[in-house]
Amino acid sequence: MYEEVSIEQKKYLHKLKTKKRLIIVLQIFLLISIFVVWEVLTRLNLIDPFIFSSPSRMVNTFLRLSKDGSLFVHVWTTLWETMVGFLLGTVFGIIIAIILWLSETCSKVLEPYLVVMNALPKIALGPVFIVWMGAGSVAIITITIAVSLIVTVLEVYTGFLETDAEKIRLVQSFDASKKQILTKVVLPSSFPVIMNALKVNVGLSWVGVIVGEFLVSKAGLGYLIVYGGQVFQLDLVMTSVVVLAVLAAFMYFGVQTLGKWISKKY
Amino acid sequence: MVSAVKVENISKTYHTVGGEIAALENISFDVFQGEFVGIVGPSGCGKSTLLSIIAGLLEPSSGQISIFGEKLSGVNPKIGYMLQRDSLFEWRTIYKNVILGLEIQNQLTQDRKQHVEYLIKKYGLENFKNHHPSQLSGGMRQRAALIRTLAVDPDILLLDEAFSALDYQTRLAVNDDIYKIIKTEGKTAIIVTHDISEAISMSERLYVMSKRPGKIKMQLDVNFDIEDRTPLSSREAPLFRQYFNQVWKELDVHV
Repeated sequence: MYEEVSIEQKKYLHKLKTKKRLIIVLQIFLLISIFVVWEVLTRLNLIDPFIFSSPSRMVNTFLRLSKDGSLFVHVWTTLWETMVGFLLGTVFGIIIAIILWLSETCSKVLEPYLVVMNALPKIALGPVFIVWMGAGSVAIITITIAVSLIVTVLEVYTGFLETDAEKIRLVQSFDASKKQILTKVVLPSSFPVIMNALKVNVGLSWVGVIVGEFLVSKAGLGYLIVYGGQVFQLDLVMTSVVVLAVLAAFMYFGVQTLGKWISKKY
Repeated sequence: MVSAVKVENISKTYHTVGGEIAALENISFDVFQGEFVGIVGPSGCGKSTLLSIIAGLLEPSSGQISIFGEKLSGVNPKIGYMLQRDSLFEWRTIYKNVILGLEIQNQLTQDRKQHVEYLIKKYGLENFKNHHPSQLSGGMRQRAALIRTLAVDPDILLLDEAFSALDYQTRLAVNDDIYKIIKTEGKTAIIVTHDISEAISMSERLYVMSKRPGKIKMQLDVNFDIEDRTPLSSREAPLFRQYFNQVWKELDVHV
């Protein structure tokens, strides 16, 4: 394995590296050109900046909001609601999946309910939660949990069921208890499925929070977007959307990095 | 002399919505300490079912199993079970895989750990202790799986098509390797396989099973008169072909 690297191998690696670099350059180029074209089109008045906003106006809005500190209030509100909703949705989802796995009867009984609840657009429950919990963060977080919970349950439970039967037999031959089967085989072998569910949940949590904020809130990026739309301040809307995209991307990569770190450690 | 494993009138019927399936019918035999006993039969004859029953993972419909004279009920620590694939856990290192049984049985004592270290060293896995299973060859993985079984110190080993996932060449080598280890450790073994050559090369006594419902059709004592017999040297013995033909005829395979 540690022999001297041949010229061909070096060439191959070089080619691979060049290609990788090219792709990154193109990706950045695409991003910049979208914004440049956008800016140019609005400057030339080919599209109306009042309706489409423009990168320069968004930068101004961003700076203005940052200076008076209101941006951080909104970002913070949305961010913590998303985090809490994400964590609770994921944790409860995994716990319910474990309960279903432990009791076959339980899973059989609940199956039709889960299927229907999965098909139901959870957003429809928004008004109900608002009536029950009041117009505020608690209702928003509840909507977020509702959006991600059932998907997590179904995905993780399916993952549990796909555990290699022979591995389970193996630990049974060591007289493992049901709890040991869960912790020694089922949970670790479902780790990729759980990580996948987490990644999906990041996206879903943002959906839940933004919709929740559309419906009730007085702060948060969802609120800024709705408010901006109502008063025809598209600069505000677009700026909030871009901030949102950046935050969502960071959270996604955070979860991905966490997954890689954990799987490397164990 | 008390049999290591005494199988008495074992029958097993599976129940499904579509009806009953008789898998095993009235199986009886004895395995004595230190013996290597083979069970061959066509696919679906219930030989794996039989092994699961001896392993205590499955209840027989009737009959009973005794291990060193004691009636078997449930999983018994005197019995080690090796399955078709090595089933090493990819998320554990080889060492962590090997101590899995001890961990589950809550027996990670200093003594046991030392014994595991000794086995790992003796059977050449020392340099792979911290590797993950995918970094090992098929043969090495099988060794690791065997050491995992030996770690809990069973007296009797059950091998359920334990080599069927390996390619032919590796399989011949692994047969030899595992056989020698089991003999060195002085264990009793029952090996179930559909491979006639494998069964003959490894066993001192052989039971041939019929198609479903599985019954014992023939008992064959395998004796090659060679010193320090191994599966590979057995395969070279002149008698090997004779045994093979005898079993082949008895199995009565039709396409």
